[in-house]
Amino acid sequence: MSPGWWLCARASRVADTPLLSIRNLTVDFVLPDGRTSHALEEVSFDVHAGQTLGLVGESGCGKTTTLMAVMRLLPSNGRITGGRILYHDLDLLSLTERQMRAYRWKEMAMVFQSAMNALNPVMRIDDQISEAIVLHQLMNSAQAARRVDTLLEMVGIAKERGDQYPHQYSGGMRQRAMIALSLACSPSVLFADEPTTALDVMIQAQVLELLKKIQEKLGLAIVLVTHDLGVVAEVCDTVVVMYGGKVAEYGSADRIYNDPQHPYTQRLLESFPDLNKPGEVLSSIPGTPPRLTDLPPGCRFEPRCHKRIDVCAVLAPRLIETSAAHYAACHLCEAPETGSR
Amino acid sequence: MGMAGAFLVLTALAIAILAPMLSPYSPSEVIRDEEGRGMTFASPTIHPPLGTDDAGRDVATQLVYGARISMTVGFTAGLIAMFVGSLFGISAGYFGGRIDNLLMRTTDVLLVIPDLPLMIILVATLRNLELHISPLVVLILVIGLLYWTSTARLIRSQVLTIKERQFVARARAIGAGHFHIIRKHILPQIMPLIVANTVLILSTAILVESGLAFLGLGDPTQPSWGTMLNFAFNRNAISNGAWWFYLPPGLAIVWVTLGCVLLGNVLEEMLNPRLTMHHLEDESRMVAVREGQPRG
Amino acid sequence: MERRAYLARKLLLALITILVVVTINFVLFRVLPGDPVRSVIGRNVRISIETQMALREQFGLDKPVFPDQFLYTLGQWLRGNLGISWSLRRPVTEVLVAKLGNTLILIGLGQVLSIIFGVALGLVAGWKRKTAIDVAALTFSLIAWATPTFWLGIILLVAGSSWLGLPTGGILSPANVGKPLYTVLPDLARHLVLPTLTLTILYLGEYMLIMRSSILEVLSEDYILTAKAKGLSHWQVLRRHALKNAMLPIVTLIALNLGFTVSGAIYIETVFSYDGLGKLFQTALVKHDFPLLQGAFLLLAVSVIIANLLADILYAYLDPRVKAS
Repeated sequence: MSPGWWLCARASRVADTPLLSIRNLTVDFVLPDGRTSHALEEVSFDVHAGQTLGLVGESGCGKTTTLMAVMRLLPSNGRITGGRILYHDLDLLSLTERQMRAYRWKEMAMVFQSAMNALNPVMRIDDQISEAIVLHQLMNSAQAARRVDTLLEMVGIAKERGDQYPHQYSGGMRQRAMIALSLACSPSVLFADEPTTALDVMIQAQVLELLKKIQEKLGLAIVLVTHDLGVVAEVCDTVVVMYGGKVAEYGSADRIYNDPQHPYTQRLLESFPDLNKPGEVLSSIPGTPPRLTDLPPGCRFEPRCHKRIDVCAVLAPRLIETSAAHYAACHLCEAPETGSR
Repeated sequence: MGMAGAFLVLTALAIAILAPMLSPYSPSEVIRDEEGRGMTFASPTIHPPLGTDDAGRDVATQLVYGARISMTVGFTAGLIAMFVGSLFGISAGYFGGRIDNLLMRTTDVLLVIPDLPLMIILVATLRNLELHISPLVVLILVIGLLYWTSTARLIRSQVLTIKERQFVARARAIGAGHFHIIRKHILPQIMPLIVANTVLILSTAILVESGLAFLGLGDPTQPSWGTMLNFAFNRNAISNGAWWFYLPPGLAIVWVTLGCVLLGNVLEEMLNPRLTMHHLEDESRMVAVREGQPRG
Repeated sequence: MERRAYLARKLLLALITILVVVTINFVLFRVLPGDPVRSVIGRNVRISIETQMALREQFGLDKPVFPDQFLYTLGQWLRGNLGISWSLRRPVTEVLVAKLGNTLILIGLGQVLSIIFGVALGLVAGWKRKTAIDVAALTFSLIAWATPTFWLGIILLVAGSSWLGLPTGGILSPANVGKPLYTVLPDLARHLVLPTLTLTILYLGEYMLIMRSSILEVLSEDYILTAKAKGLSHWQVLRRHALKNAMLPIVTLIALNLGFTVSGAIYIETVFSYDGLGKLFQTALVKHDFPLLQGAFLLLAVSVIIANLLADILYAYLDPRVKAS
């Protein structure tokens, strides 16, 4: 690669500074029996304003844990043992819990998976939304009430229904109410944890479209956690593929889909049915995800990998740049021509 | 905690069983001093270990013999409650429909009626009927027949869950009869729960027996701990400062009841393990970033 | 579920329960040996055979027990005629009404205190799970549960009177008996301390345990995480989101407890010679005064049933998940 290329690439990257930068995030959980579960190790990726980042992987790979760690909402046996979470150049991990509260919802908010459970059943929807607004002292309660109406309208809920309770809403409406709630304080980053998993396909499409529309309008950065590759293909600009608590591959959605580098990503894409090729035999990945209390020294995907070589069981691969803004953690990608780190 | 419970219960049982061997006196024997007078309300310093009561009888002896009565009545009543409760619970859960409805309404009704007044008038009436039944038997029956409701509800909900499971449907498909299914498939699953619940019912039964006995509904010729307290209260142990008479029986009741409760709680915990953490626990140790860590 | 349907069901249940209580009372009444006429006109009244026969006819005792006598007795009870107390030679109803107020004061005070302290303690114990305060609260509750009511009363009676000089029994000092209560409040208060304390200690443990497990359950719900994610502090989350939901089982418990509190009152009033319904009940038992016993039972049972119904109604309006029709 010519130095010129390198300079250009770097320049373009600098101009587009990330809103949220996660670097080498490592999280452990202390289990009741004393063992440690290594839930996340050296997880790194960037989130940019106005873009949607998809965080994909099997259940238990650490997607939700990552979100919870950023907002510092891990269960009390969670320990963030390493890394930095840079938000506008401030390391959130240097904040006390009290200081962190000022950032919650105001700078970054979350849409949870099951709105039925995530909303207080004995509190009216509008009260739940205005509570956040008034808490962060953005406006008085009269103004907050008007803002609540605006928010509900934005997500397509009639404002007259604001004084109802969650159980009076349909499933899709509840999810949309959750989205309205998350936007209450105009955050810069929205974390969406499997927001459409519990919904049927039609409603799913509605909600995704709503998110896209809001992003365009407000310039939000969205981190979308999902295990559904179809959703990722539709709405995400960047993709982070996680496996066993580590980042397996990271790059633009385009590159990941067309040129997957990591064997896990390749198998994931293969196992996804393609409507254009009916009758194709679906492949699945044999084996089970690793136990996080009992990790092997080498690559975490090695036992199930169809392309493993000897070094894979012994040495854990590092995340390296295989091409422009495209990273993978695999020994097979450490070819000489891509350059060392 | 369970060990402590087991310890308490077992020691009480042992004492009850070994009562005659533990005391040189008989419960009704009057202790006399050098001049042959009955030593009433003698303190433990004069007559170890626990002094004498208002008639000069050894308190410690009464205590260990009382253990037999208290525990026999309590345990028997508890077992009856468990039996009736399990029977009703299994029937309600398994057969459902009308039987279930009837049983549930019955428990609803029983639960609302205040228990002690009801038991008092039942016992009082039964004893007045001159049926020549031992007062203790009356107590056992009345307690047993009124405390089955919690067991019934517990068993019922458990049976309802099991009933939905596959193997029951399969057993029915191959033509197994109701009794067979209940005996072979349902009972083994709910047995542990029945045991755990019974232990807790036992503790209630002992408390209730002591209360009824305190009110005079026990058998004065076979005093339980509750009856001892009735004597203590009515025969001026308090005004005479005879703490050795009114303190030990109560402590004994607490001892056994506490043992049963601890044991029962531990058993129940093992069967229905509770959730581990809630969302507002202490998070002061969440950020544990160590400086100087090698950067990847 | 529909609120009206819910309330209708509860009302029906209450009526059926009252019917059961009435039937039990009636059956026991009839089953006793001895002449039912006696229970109405008193034991020691001398009457001639003719008068007796006339009375029997008047009371319908020559008619079949069911339904005629049953309905007659029911009618009498509804009119407030519960017979004559053998030991006190006065109408049962009169005796009951005179003592009712005293018991209400005792039970009311005890329940209110045990609810306030029990709920507060339970809240802290559940929130700060596994810390010293939680362990202490649990231990206390466990021991309180295993302690017989009357025995605790005795202990406190001895301790209170010898160490604190509190009265050993009764509602008022002998000098003040007969005066209207509101004129002798300090004296009443002194007499109430120990019995109320006993009641409070015993029921505190129960409310603590229920509140604790209720709060533990509520705090594990997802919406608590949402509240925390919004940036609320622990205390704000507790106060605004957890408390209301955690308190709902308490309302049910209060209703359920009414029956047990009445039982507790019987023991405590006996130990402290507190002149209320409980003591009356115990005295009637000791003296085999069956009309009084059964009248008191009827009153106690019906009161508890009605109180339960009121609690159910309250619950129906507190929980928005019980929908208005």
